[in-house]
Amino acid sequence: MEILNSLLSGFSLALTLTNLMWCLVGVTLGTAVGVLPGIGPAVTVALLLPVTTKVDPSGALIMFAGIYYGAMYGGSTTSILLNTPGESATIITAMEGNQMAKRGRAGPALATSAIGSFVAGTLATIALTFVSPLVVDVALSFGPPEYFALMVLAFVTVSAVLGGSALRGLTALFIGLGIGLVGIDTQSGTARFAFGVPQLLDGIEVVTVAVGLFAVGETLWSAAKDYKVQESVMQMSGSIWMKADDWKRSIGPWLRGTLVGFPFGAMPAGGAEIPTFISYAMEKKLARNPEEFGKGAIEGVAGPEAANNASSTGTMTSLLALGLPTSATAAILLAAFQQYGLQPGPLLFVNSADLVWALIASMYIGNVMLLVLNLPLIGIWVKLLKIPKPQLYAGILIFATLGVYGMRQSAFDIFLLYAIGLLGFLMRRYDFPTAPVIIGMILGPLAEAQLRRALAISQGDWMIFLHKPLSATLLAITVLMVVGPWLLRKLKRT
Amino acid sequence: MKYLHQSLRAGFIAAALFAAASASALDSVKFMIPANPGGGWDQTGRSLSASMQKAGVVKNVQLDNKGGAGGTIGLAQFINTAKGDGNAIMVGGMVMVGGIILNKSAVNLGMVTPLARLTGEYEVLVVPANSPIKTLKDLVDKIKADPGSVSWGGGSAGGTDHILAGMILGAVGVDPAKVNYIAYAGGGEAQAAILGGHVTVGVSGYGEFAGQIKAGKFRALALSSDKRLAGIDVPTMKELGVNVELANWRGVFGAPGISDAQKKELIAALDTTVKSPAWREVLTKNDWIDVYLAGDAFGKYVDEENKRIGDILGKLNLKK
Repeated sequence: MEILNSLLSGFSLALTLTNLMWCLVGVTLGTAVGVLPGIGPAVTVALLLPVTTKVDPSGALIMFAGIYYGAMYGGSTTSILLNTPGESATIITAMEGNQMAKRGRAGPALATSAIGSFVAGTLATIALTFVSPLVVDVALSFGPPEYFALMVLAFVTVSAVLGGSALRGLTALFIGLGIGLVGIDTQSGTARFAFGVPQLLDGIEVVTVAVGLFAVGETLWSAAKDYKVQESVMQMSGSIWMKADDWKRSIGPWLRGTLVGFPFGAMPAGGAEIPTFISYAMEKKLARNPEEFGKGAIEGVAGPEAANNASSTGTMTSLLALGLPTSATAAILLAAFQQYGLQPGPLLFVNSADLVWALIASMYIGNVMLLVLNLPLIGIWVKLLKIPKPQLYAGILIFATLGVYGMRQSAFDIFLLYAIGLLGFLMRRYDFPTAPVIIGMILGPLAEAQLRRALAISQGDWMIFLHKPLSATLLAITVLMVVGPWLLRKLKRT
Repeated sequence: MKYLHQSLRAGFIAAALFAAASASALDSVKFMIPANPGGGWDQTGRSLSASMQKAGVVKNVQLDNKGGAGGTIGLAQFINTAKGDGNAIMVGGMVMVGGIILNKSAVNLGMVTPLARLTGEYEVLVVPANSPIKTLKDLVDKIKADPGSVSWGGGSAGGTDHILAGMILGAVGVDPAKVNYIAYAGGGEAQAAILGGHVTVGVSGYGEFAGQIKAGKFRALALSSDKRLAGIDVPTMKELGVNVELANWRGVFGAPGISDAQKKELIAALDTTVKSPAWREVLTKNDWIDVYLAGDAFGKYVDEENKRIGDILGKLNLKK
């Protein structure tokens, strides 16, 4: 009851005209930076930090939070339409979503991602309102051994995206693991595979690789292929809105995606990418017709899109409840709080209850605004696909180049983008899937860091993974997932 | 004709005003921030440039973020593009000194013109509230008994936190190479590892842990300052018998090859700025400690830091 009262008073604050305006500005900006690759929510909030000297805390924080979760709505747009992920958390969306667009179903793909984001954002905000202390406690019990066990589990689920041939899929995965090694090793400070190039010391950006493989590689491939066979423009077949069947197929993935995404966001090393992988793998396992995956299955868009949105709200949970920034944007939001002399954490709910509850209430409002903002935009976005192919491909290349340059203002990154684009072209030419590269690149370094941390803490004792109940359980689940199906078949035969 | 005459006259007046103003203020200063938006250097650069404008010593500022490799990518660009430019300022600090050594960078701080040290932040050692370790002495006893059993959670390898951990081991007579240091990428991840009890002790800038200390989730064991800090009830390492002092300082540098007159002009502008109310407010807001030191004295300090940090990185087996 006390929570409801606090929430109501939060709404009364968030519903003032000024705060509604800040909320709208935030979610609109968020959608915009989500659409553009290269400029993400973290940089946007950082550049807007100076407004803290002019705007009152509730207005500024409502706007900043809006930018953060708004970016998750916008990020899916370019993934679906142009195969150019605006954020790393929408890379998986590009896989299924762009296939849907190619089959004339861009409208339903955009709609399921917008509505899924709304469902996930709202459910996750409800979770943030009522169960955040609980979630945060669970998140804290994850140390290096538990994270490593979780990464092993994630690696096993990767098989869902490997494609038809295990050999080709694993080759792609190992290319990703290799790219992930480039840069300064966090644990020892040693440079690896940097070849004396200072720009490589900080590693290679995931978004650069994703845009290179997906957008540039795809464009080169299509250009080479279409040179002979003149294809017509991508046609929109059927309605741009979701049909009854689309709704039925989306609801389950939305809910499951939320369930996976929220706790991951609250975890200090969870992030928004891994839950999208897990959600995708889960939907493929549960789907009535898994063979449709890779050819534009709506479940493969609905689930990951819900997961990345829920995870960004999960991040707000550990930021508000514990003062822990679990993503780059959260770290800058923390700086914004500090500009006002506020310290997120347990004391924030006591000392600045009004502000916290206004912020939480604004997240409910912001999600509604985003839905209203994004649904009508779909009609405009799909018109992009009516652009004739040569112009569309040229546009994608310009968009990809500008975006990657914008991330670090580095000419070297553009060279890298096109080198990776060429790799993507060759992979497509010889039928290698490209998504495992990204997954290897994200999971590999995380798994390595957690493994080495765990072993450093245990002073080299591998048993640490079995002594900790949580990591032992996770490893047991992994073993079951690998051996289980085989065992079942064995049992059935006898 | 009359109109032309008027606008000419207006132009002359404007030009005259312009000339008068530039005698006391720099027209435009280009700031190189060798980090991505959001971090400590970015905040330093942004608040310093705003304070310089408010203090009336600079009219226009232009900021350029160029992050990466401990700031050495930004440093290289600054050296290449700003040579001889009396209106260029680069932000830097202790982390860059370490970054240059660790990355075996082709460029170094000897190639730019030291202007001033601005702010400092001291490091704090913390344990989770339920830890059996109550004091710095408990920690030192544990280190002496078995250095490997004490895991230190902090920022990236070779950074300020790692350096401090190594210095503490050295100060209590244990080989710094034995430090069991667990590097975390972001402040949030390290804090979570400490809160969850996954590492023995946490080390970071005081500001980063202040919230958890005030909330009673962390117990602060000691600060790395030379004397107690106003308003912070935490003893220093020195007064507890561990002879270590370390500040993560941030400062500004001028372009390579600027004239003495240009250097003096920039330092004069900084002298005025650090005394201005705008800058004072920035310091309090961010919990930064004023360690202003300008000109040749700062140049000497950078040289000393270079030697001291190179030394400890060597002992940590990080300098290859």
